[in-house]
Amino acid sequence: MSFEPKILSFLCNWCCYAAADAAGVARYQYPPYNRVIRVMCTGRIDPRFVVEAFYVGTDGVFIGG
Amino acid sequence: MEAGRSPNIEIITLAELKGLSGEPGHFKATVEVKPRYIDPEKCTACGMCMTYCPRLVPDEYNENLDFTRAARVDYAQAIPTAYYIDAQKCLRLNHEACSLCLNLCGPKAIDFTQVPEERTLEVGAVILAAGFGRVPLEALQKYGYGEYPDVVTSLELERLTCASGPSEGEVLRPSDMTHPQRIAFIQCVGSRDVTCGQNYCSSVCCMYAVKEASVVKEHAPEAEISLFFMDVRTQGKGFDESFRRAVDKYGFRVIRAKVPKVEQIGRRLALTYVPENGQARREFFDLVVLSVGLAPPEDALSIAQVTGIELNRFRFAQTSSATPLQTNKAGIFVAGAFQGPKDIPESVVQASGAAALASEILAGARKTEIIEKSFPTEDQSLLQEEPRVGVFVCHCGINIAGVIDVKAVSEYAASLPHVVVAEDVLYACSQDTLVSLVQKIKEYRLNRVVIAACSPRTHEPLFQETLREAGLNPALFEMANIRDQCAWVHGFAPEYATEKAKDQVRMAVAKAVRLEPLEIQRVSVTATALVIGGGAAGMTAALSLAEQGFEVHLVEKTDTLGGNLKRLRFLLSGEDPQKILHDLVDQVQKHPRIHVYLDTSVENVSGYVGNFTSTLKGPEGSALVNHGVVILATGAGEYRPELYCLGQDPRILTQLDLESALTEEKDLLLEAKSIVMIQCAGSRGQGLSYCSKFCCQQAVKNALQIKNKYPGKDVYILYRDLRTYGFSEEAYREARNQGVIFLRYEADAPPRVEVRQGGEIKVKVKDRLLGEDLLLPCDVLVLSVGVQTQGSEELAKTLKVPLTQEGFFLEAHVKLRPVELAVDGIYVCGLAHAPKPLEEVLAQARAAAGKAAIPMAKGYVEVPPIVSRVDQSRCIGCGICADLCPYNAIVLVKVGKRKKAETITASCKGCGVCASHCPVLAISMGGFTDEAILAQIQAFGTKEKKKETAEEAA
Repeated sequence: MSFEPKILSFLCNWCCYAAADAAGVARYQYPPYNRVIRVMCTGRIDPRFVVEAFYVGTDGVFIGG
Repeated sequence: MEAGRSPNIEIITLAELKGLSGEPGHFKATVEVKPRYIDPEKCTACGMCMTYCPRLVPDEYNENLDFTRAARVDYAQAIPTAYYIDAQKCLRLNHEACSLCLNLCGPKAIDFTQVPEERTLEVGAVILAAGFGRVPLEALQKYGYGEYPDVVTSLELERLTCASGPSEGEVLRPSDMTHPQRIAFIQCVGSRDVTCGQNYCSSVCCMYAVKEASVVKEHAPEAEISLFFMDVRTQGKGFDESFRRAVDKYGFRVIRAKVPKVEQIGRRLALTYVPENGQARREFFDLVVLSVGLAPPEDALSIAQVTGIELNRFRFAQTSSATPLQTNKAGIFVAGAFQGPKDIPESVVQASGAAALASEILAGARKTEIIEKSFPTEDQSLLQEEPRVGVFVCHCGINIAGVIDVKAVSEYAASLPHVVVAEDVLYACSQDTLVSLVQKIKEYRLNRVVIAACSPRTHEPLFQETLREAGLNPALFEMANIRDQCAWVHGFAPEYATEKAKDQVRMAVAKAVRLEPLEIQRVSVTATALVIGGGAAGMTAALSLAEQGFEVHLVEKTDTLGGNLKRLRFLLSGEDPQKILHDLVDQVQKHPRIHVYLDTSVENVSGYVGNFTSTLKGPEGSALVNHGVVILATGAGEYRPELYCLGQDPRILTQLDLESALTEEKDLLLEAKSIVMIQCAGSRGQGLSYCSKFCCQQAVKNALQIKNKYPGKDVYILYRDLRTYGFSEEAYREARNQGVIFLRYEADAPPRVEVRQGGEIKVKVKDRLLGEDLLLPCDVLVLSVGVQTQGSEELAKTLKVPLTQEGFFLEAHVKLRPVELAVDGIYVCGLAHAPKPLEEVLAQARAAAGKAAIPMAKGYVEVPPIVSRVDQSRCIGCGICADLCPYNAIVLVKVGKRKKAETITASCKGCGVCASHCPVLAISMGGFTDEAILAQIQAFGTKEKKKETAEEAA
C-alpha cells in the first residue's frame, strides 16, 4: 500500500484559504490527505501549534500565507 | 461581494435605464428589468442547470474562446451568485423545446413565466459608471485580426492566461494549439489612431501589456517577448518602477516603433517595422497580441439621450478640469472609464469621489431610508450550560452529496462529544433551512452551531446572522469546509473525501466547544475632520466634508491658501486655474463649518479612528482639537535639481516659471526666437526615481501657449516618452501640427547644456535617426522638473503611517483602497499621494472626503470581535507585541507602577501576530484562541491515535 500522509494545513484567511476555495471552484483535483485549520493570518501561528501537530501524529505541517 | 452583502445596496441586473426626470434630490428613474428566468433568492448556485443544459453557446465572458451553456453563470465569483438563462439562446424560450433545467433544479428556482418589468426608482442623485466599450473592429483588422488566427487581442490573451479560463492558464496559439515561442505585443491598437477616429491615448495599455507579458513568462518561461511601443506610458504611481523590474526580470525587448502591418508567412507572422534608426526590419513571431484600447461604452449615446448629459467628441462623458466628476446636469455624476480611459485605481478613486458628491446633495436625507437589522437580545441562560453543539451537514444539492456520503458524516457527527443533534440538510443556506435552524437552536437549546458546507469566507456572515436571529451570540459558530476544499477537489476519491469531511467536522466541533461569546465592539466617532494642507486637494476635501455636514479644521502651514495652484496659469482644457483657485478659496472662507488655520503646523496627533486629538501650533500659540478622521493633503513642491544649469542663468526656467513669464509677457520671451524644453529634468532616474505624471502635458500645454501667442517662435521638446495620456493626446497632436518639434532622447544619453555668461545657451542632443549630435539654437531653456514631497517624513512618524521609498504616503491597497492609509481613519489625497495633474487631484480629494465621511456619517466604528485581548494580570509589559503589531493597534499603558499592553480594538485587524509572540501567553484572539486552535489540532490527531492503538492491538 502506498504512503498516505496526514498533513495539517494552517491557511491564512485572506490568501491561501481563499486560494484553496478558488481551487475548488475551478475543480482542481489534488490528493485528499490534508486537513485545514483556518487562521486570520499566518502571523497567528504559534510554534507550539506546529509542535502539537507533530505530537498528535501529523506527517507534515503546511503553512500557507 | 461587499456590495452584494450590503442591505443598503440593491443590485438590479439585466436592467436598462429608460427614462430620467426630476432634479437633484428628487429624480425619478425608469428602469427596464429583463427577466433572468432564475430566481436569485432561491438559486443556490449548485450549477445543475448549467451541467445539463444541452444548448452550447460561445462563451462571451471568455472572449468566445470557449463554449458555455444557455443556462449559466459567467464566472464563479459573479454577484449575485445566481445563474441566469440566456434568453437569446435558450431552447425552451426560443423553440418551446427542452425544459431539462426546470425539472432538474433542486430548489425550484427556474421560472420561465417571467416577463420584462418596468420599475420606477425614486433617487436623489445619479452616478454614471457605464465603463468602457470595444474599439472599432477596423482598428484590429489592419493587423490581420480575424484573418490570421494567431493575431489575438490582449483581452483574449487575458482569458488564455487565466487559471479559470478556457485553456486553464496555458498559453496556446489558436492555429495549432502549440506553445508560442516568439510573441509580439503591438501597442496603441485603436488608440492614438486618427484613421479610426480614436485620437486619444487609452492610458492603461502600456501597463497591462507588461503585466500580461509577465504572466505569459510565468506560464511559459521559454517564451521570448517583444513589445512595440510608440511611447512607454507608465505614468502612474510606482508604474515606471514595475515596468523596469519586469523588463529586467523577464528580458523583454522594448522596441520603439509603430508596426504598420502583420502578414502571415507559412505558419508564422511577419512584422515589418521601422525602428528609430530608420532602417526597416522584418521579424517573425508565433503569436501577435494587439493591445486594444478603451472605447466609450456601447450605450453612451442612449445614456446621454435619456439623462441629457453631454458627451465629448469621442463619446465619453464631458467633464471639466474644475469638476472632473460632474456632468453638465446637476445631480448626475460620472465615474470610471465612461469619464475617460483610466485604470482601476483611478476608477475606484473617481467612484468614491462621485459618492461624496452624491452624499453632499443628500446630506439632509441621511439615515432616512437605510435598513438596519435588529436582533433579539442574546439568551444568557444558554451559556451557563455545558456546550450543546448542533451539527448540520449540507448536501448542497449534489455538489457535496455527489461525492461525500453526507448521511455517514452526520451520523459520525452525532457520535462526537457535546453534540446533541446532527442532521443532514439539502441546502444549508436556503431560506427554509435557515428558518428551521432558528427553530432547532431553540428546540435543542443549542449554544454552539457547526455547519459543514461551503466556505466560511462566503457564508459565515449569513449563518452568524441566523444565530443572532435565534438569540445566540454569532461567535459561537464554526464551519467545516467540505465543499470548496473537499468534495470539489476530491471528486475522484469519494471515500477519502468522506473521511476528510468527518475529520474536518470533528475538528470544527472540538473548536466550537471552546468558543466563547464575543461582543461586537462599537467605538463612537467624533464628527469632525482634520484636513492637513490648504492646497487644491485640501480645500476640495474640506469643502466636500463641510457640505456633507461635518465640521472641518483645515490647517495650512503657509500664510495663504492655494498651494501649487497659485503658480498655475493655464490648463489644457482652456479653463483658468486662477479662477478655480479663487472659487475654492472663496467657498472655503465663507463656509460656516470650515475653520481655517494659517501659518499653522500639526505638532502632535494621538488617538485612533473616531477619537483623535491633535495639537495645532499657530501664530497665536497652540490649540488642541478633537477629530474623528484625518485627511493628509500636504502636497509636494517643485523639484529644482542642480541640472542643466538651472539657477545659473535667468534664461533657464522651470515650466512653472515659464507660465508666469508668459502671463507677464516678459521681454525674455518676447526677444527669444527659439525655446527648448527638456522633459524628465531630474526625474525618472536622475535625482528623482519616478515620473511626475503631469510634466509632459504641462510642456505641451505651454508649448501651445507660446505658439498661439507668438506663432513665429520655434519650440523644441526633448523627451524620453511623451506621456500625454487620455484626451491630452489631442493637444500633443495639435502641438505637432503647429510646428513644435519633438526629439526623443535615451536615458543614457541626456541632452547636454552649456551656458556662457551673457553668451548663448548651447543645447546638444543626439538625434535618434541620424545617430549624431544636434546643436539646437536656444534663447530660453525650460526644464520640466517634476515634484518632490516635503515634510511627509515627519508627519508619517507622528501618525505612524507608511511612506513609499520616494516619500509619498502609501495607500492601504493600490486598487481597492487608494485613498485610505493602513491606519484606520487616515486618508490621503493630492500630490502627497503621488504626482498627478489638477483634474486628478480634485477627483481624489473628493474621494478622500467620501471615504472619511463614512465613519463620521455612521457615528460609530464597528469592530468584528476577532480582535486581540490582553490579560493584563499576566502581561509583563515587555512590549514585543506593540513593536510587532503592523496596525499600531497595541499600546503600552501605565497600570499602577508597571507598563501593560493594551489593544486598541478599533485599530486591530485580528491577525494574531501579538498572540503568537507573547512570551507569557497573555494575549488571546477572539474566535482563534490558543485553546480553540489547540483543540482543533488535537482533534485532528485523535483518530490517528485510535487507529494506531487498534493496529498495535492487532
